[in-house]
Amino acid sequence: MLKMSHLAKVYRTEVVETYALRDFNINVKEGEFVAVTGPSGSGKTTFLTIAGLLETFTGGEYHLDGVEVSKLDDNARSRIRNEKIGFIFQAFNLIPDLNVFDNVEVPLRYRGMKAAERKQRIMDALERVGLASRAKHYPAELSGGQQQRVAIARALAGSPRLLLADEPTGNLDTQMARGVMELLEEIHREGATIVMVTHDPELAARAQRNVHVIDGQVVDLAEDPRFHAASHLADTAS
Amino acid sequence: MFGYYLELAMRSMKRNRVLTALMVVAVALGIGSCMTTLTVLHVLSGDPMPGKSQNLYTPQIDPRAMDGYVEDGPMLDQVTWIDGMNLLRSKRGEHQALMTGGAMTVQPSDGSIDPFYANSRYTTADFFPMFAIPLLYGRAWNASDDEARTRVAVISSELNDKLFHGEDSTGKSIRIHGTDMRIVGVIGDWRPTPHFYDLNMGDFANTEDVFVPLSVARELLLPRSGSIDCWGPGGSAEESLEKASCVWLQFWVQLDSPAKAAEYRQFLLHYVQEQKALGRFERPARVELFNVMQWMDYKQVVPGDVKLQTLLAMGFFLVCLVNTVGLMLAKFMRRSVEVGVRRALGASRRAVFAQLLTEAGIIGLMGGLLGLMLAMAGLVLVRAQPAQYASLAHLDMEMLVLTMVLAIVATVLAGVLPAWRACQIAPALQLKTQ
Repeated sequence: MLKMSHLAKVYRTEVVETYALRDFNINVKEGEFVAVTGPSGSGKTTFLTIAGLLETFTGGEYHLDGVEVSKLDDNARSRIRNEKIGFIFQAFNLIPDLNVFDNVEVPLRYRGMKAAERKQRIMDALERVGLASRAKHYPAELSGGQQQRVAIARALAGSPRLLLADEPTGNLDTQMARGVMELLEEIHREGATIVMVTHDPELAARAQRNVHVIDGQVVDLAEDPRFHAASHLADTAS
Repeated sequence: MFGYYLELAMRSMKRNRVLTALMVVAVALGIGSCMTTLTVLHVLSGDPMPGKSQNLYTPQIDPRAMDGYVEDGPMLDQVTWIDGMNLLRSKRGEHQALMTGGAMTVQPSDGSIDPFYANSRYTTADFFPMFAIPLLYGRAWNASDDEARTRVAVISSELNDKLFHGEDSTGKSIRIHGTDMRIVGVIGDWRPTPHFYDLNMGDFANTEDVFVPLSVARELLLPRSGSIDCWGPGGSAEESLEKASCVWLQFWVQLDSPAKAAEYRQFLLHYVQEQKALGRFERPARVELFNVMQWMDYKQVVPGDVKLQTLLAMGFFLVCLVNTVGLMLAKFMRRSVEVGVRRALGASRRAVFAQLLTEAGIIGLMGGLLGLMLAMAGLVLVRAQPAQYASLAHLDMEMLVLTMVLAIVATVLAGVLPAWRACQIAPALQLKTQ
């Protein structure tokens, strides 16, 4: 479903080159629920934005649903984003002056879907997240958990093949976070492929598979000396 | 998608009412001032004979004595009686007419209204077909009426309204300067602007109310008005103007192709050389032949201050547009998160660009409508001025359409840079920084 090989992302200025990702390899199969973890600044979010075709990469290869995406133009990338990818952001990113219904409608509008089909899909998605009765409410009238559910409904409405979630519970209290996580698990059980970036080990543990990123690379925790050094220090301290 | 973009534009404008109002007012002020001056310029520099002006010519020849001769100096704008009649009788054009202006007393023959002054034109029969003058009733007089000095007149519809309540007055008589004349025709709606065929009456003078054969006017010595330029010995007594060394008549000729115009120019040159050979003309042979629009340019009919005002107003419009660009840039960049979200959800750069330009277009439309109202108010002020052209300053359909097109196109163009900048926003960065 999602395969990156030797991917690199370099930010260049006149004096310095910063590698956000280097020799980054990952393979997510259809139907998997993968948690990407790592410390702040390790490159998790950069990976997610590249995976979601929101950012280009400097080297390597990226195949999404069998398509090599590096040569695609903006229109083709936008179409793939619209049809195959659903985003869930930490800050929800709902458009404040659109009500719940209109927020969920946004990706469907860019697909050129007929009004009747749009309405059906929106209401189905809102039913699924338990917010059908709030369709006419504005984001400011909802709790954080409800806003994230709307964002999930927006991501699901277009029936994407891949859900990308960036710290989906990062802005929520424990109870709301649990609700959102249960929803994601339910969506996964129904067959969705989910890649979730998180720094919360508890959330990561609920995914099928964990991928750890340090300094822009995927590492095997069992073999990485940096992990052992950190564990050793932690043991000594305790 | 356009419907969706319109819906989003309306939402966005509602959300930022003050900023939107500022942009609409900026566009409206620029459009209002620009269209006020452009309308005046359009009226003053318009083609008085659309579709025909390129075929109507007035010649310049110089019958003056050598006294005061300057090489390539200005020529005379009018012709003498002798030259006018010679050119008229040569019949080298499809139509030709000799004319001068006048002002005289008019009264219905039954004396039901007190006499009053009316502007008049003394001319020859071809005046009417040559200038394609529409007739509401009756007909124009013909060449035999000119020859026979028949007491006939053609009147304007305004005069017909005043004297005969708008009824068909052909066959009735009016008393012109004490002589009864039979009305043979009533002119319909005809007011060429500028008054190209005789600028001596005022560049933007009204069409005359009474038209009388030139031969009759000369026989009755009807009061003449306009300009007269004499030279050499002899006077400019009204009764002997036919023989005087004075130019006081306008001559127009219809030549239906450039080839015919070139032939006519040759004919004029031969005529001047012939007159020199006869000893009438002294100056080196030189002729000019202007069509209507060339004549308007040569005579600088459009006042210089109107051109300057138009340039200043356009400059002001440009300043307003630059302000609009700044305001739009601020407005669109403030929505960078929304743009980022839309991009993440599948909007291409092109879609975001189109959405923002639609919003710019709506602002332009609103600015155009408000600008139209300001332009109308501006034209009311222009009409209140004492200038001769003031009464002509009205917005016609052409200028109305131009106003709206200019407002929308200019605002959309002003929106190109802000929209381009907004759709270049990196969505990842916007979404990360939330």
